[in-house]
Amino acid sequence: MVVLISKRQSIAWLSPFLVLLLLFFLVPLLYMLITSFQNSEGFTLAQYKSIFTNDYILQGFKNSITLSVISAVIALFVTLFAVYAMMKFSEPVREKILILTNLTSNFSGIPLAFAFIVLLGNSGLFTLLFDKWDIDVLTSFSLYSWGGLLLIYIYFQLPLALMLLYPIYDGIQQQWKEAAALLGASSWQFWLKIGLPVMLPGIVGTFSVLFANAMGAYASAYALTSSNYNLVAIRIGSLIKGDIFAQPELASAIAVILAVTMVTAMLISEWSISKTRRKVK
Amino acid sequence: MKKRGLADFFFLLLVGYLLLPVLATMLYAFATKWNKTILPEGLTFKWLATLFQDTEFIQAFGRSVLLAGGAVSIALLVIVPAIFVIVLYFPKYEKWIQMAVVMVYSFPGIILAVGLIRVYSKIGIPMIFVVLGAYVVGILPYIYQGTRNSLRNIDARQLLDAAQLLGASKRQAFTKILLPTVYPGLFAGALLSFSVLFGEFVLINLVVGSRFETVQIYLMKKLSTSGHIASAVVFIYLVLIGLLTFVIAIVTKRSKGATNL
Repeated sequence: MVVLISKRQSIAWLSPFLVLLLLFFLVPLLYMLITSFQNSEGFTLAQYKSIFTNDYILQGFKNSITLSVISAVIALFVTLFAVYAMMKFSEPVREKILILTNLTSNFSGIPLAFAFIVLLGNSGLFTLLFDKWDIDVLTSFSLYSWGGLLLIYIYFQLPLALMLLYPIYDGIQQQWKEAAALLGASSWQFWLKIGLPVMLPGIVGTFSVLFANAMGAYASAYALTSSNYNLVAIRIGSLIKGDIFAQPELASAIAVILAVTMVTAMLISEWSISKTRRKVK
Repeated sequence: MKKRGLADFFFLLLVGYLLLPVLATMLYAFATKWNKTILPEGLTFKWLATLFQDTEFIQAFGRSVLLAGGAVSIALLVIVPAIFVIVLYFPKYEKWIQMAVVMVYSFPGIILAVGLIRVYSKIGIPMIFVVLGAYVVGILPYIYQGTRNSLRNIDARQLLDAAQLLGASKRQAFTKILLPTVYPGLFAGALLSFSVLFGEFVLINLVVGSRFETVQIYLMKKLSTSGHIASAVVFIYLVLIGLLTFVIAIVTKRSKGATNL
């Protein structure tokens, strides 16, 4: 028996949500898409053409993609081993570690950039320490450029990577390991032949989420380099805010390309993470 | 055994890397003078005290709470009933709401900001309401997750049917049976949403700017003027998200324990 609500009731309950979704999500995105094909004369592909011939914008894409890929790979690599080490702790301890990472996952944007300034800025903790010890690893390092951005990007990728990898790792059953060991496989062989292949779609999925996460990041890069470093997100920001002069049509076109990149990444991740789940179950 | 050591090394690296900036900022917030020495020359409450006497900060804090809290309240009033209706009565349309969740989650503020400014900047409505609306939609993934998990733990439809068979009215079944069971998940989702919105900078900065100065905008302003005040702000921010994370953890654990019974 199913208790039904009337059609009118269900519409009344659903429509405010649908209206909000329409007004503050779908319409703006659609409008952005339309704007990207417009100029004063009407329909045009000029914006897209200028993106692909403008070295500065292309460099922004290149910088963003490199930063996103490298930070995602490093975070993924570290987390893969770290989660493996985590598994030997008892359940309550693991839970506490997860809470801690949860906490740091909210530590992003401006506060995060500031924390790194405290550590590695011009008079940062490590800057002074290494200066005193005459270690000159930091002399060629500047927090306010590529190296500093990479460190911050890795920071906000790590908790996300951990939260996504943990359930995938958790799915590897103890019995599989025992069965493999009984059949004479070493631990290395187990991971290479069974563990990693089972987890591979999940790892690919995690990578795409991390990639998208870094591609869209704006606040920490803005706080650290105040639009001096050429990233896609920073470019879009200055084009709409009119730091130089506002070019909403061009900003829209860049944003559309960025959006396509992210949707692709998310589709890959959805598809491959669901594949792992089915396998593990 | 070599591999074990390697794994432990990466684990310590991860924990250390995540904690170090947090600890350093907290220490900096209490440091008297810290320009040339490795550890602060002394400890003081001066920066925190200064911050709390700064009406500009108090106001910024109030605005942040108002904006994030307002968005979460609206989301609870608008999104939760919609999720209920879809999950309970139109389960075949649930994949649409899941698609919306993925979309909202994958579009970062920087992309949405472009569209919001294009659509709304010329029609004369206050842009702060636009940001508020975008915030409500933006936390859909967290609210959906919280509600959906709780609904999945119980068989909500059967529960509602049983309640009504036993003579409860529709309203009673909803408020006395369904709401209490999903409450913990909902509460955790709401707190998570609040802490995410409290840290939001992109939309508020690009769409509204300094006309509505939240804590994040205030912090951005202080970044270039006073390191000590900035660290005091970050300290308070850390304490706040620490508290929220802690409460979320307790609530989630308790709700898990309850459904295991």
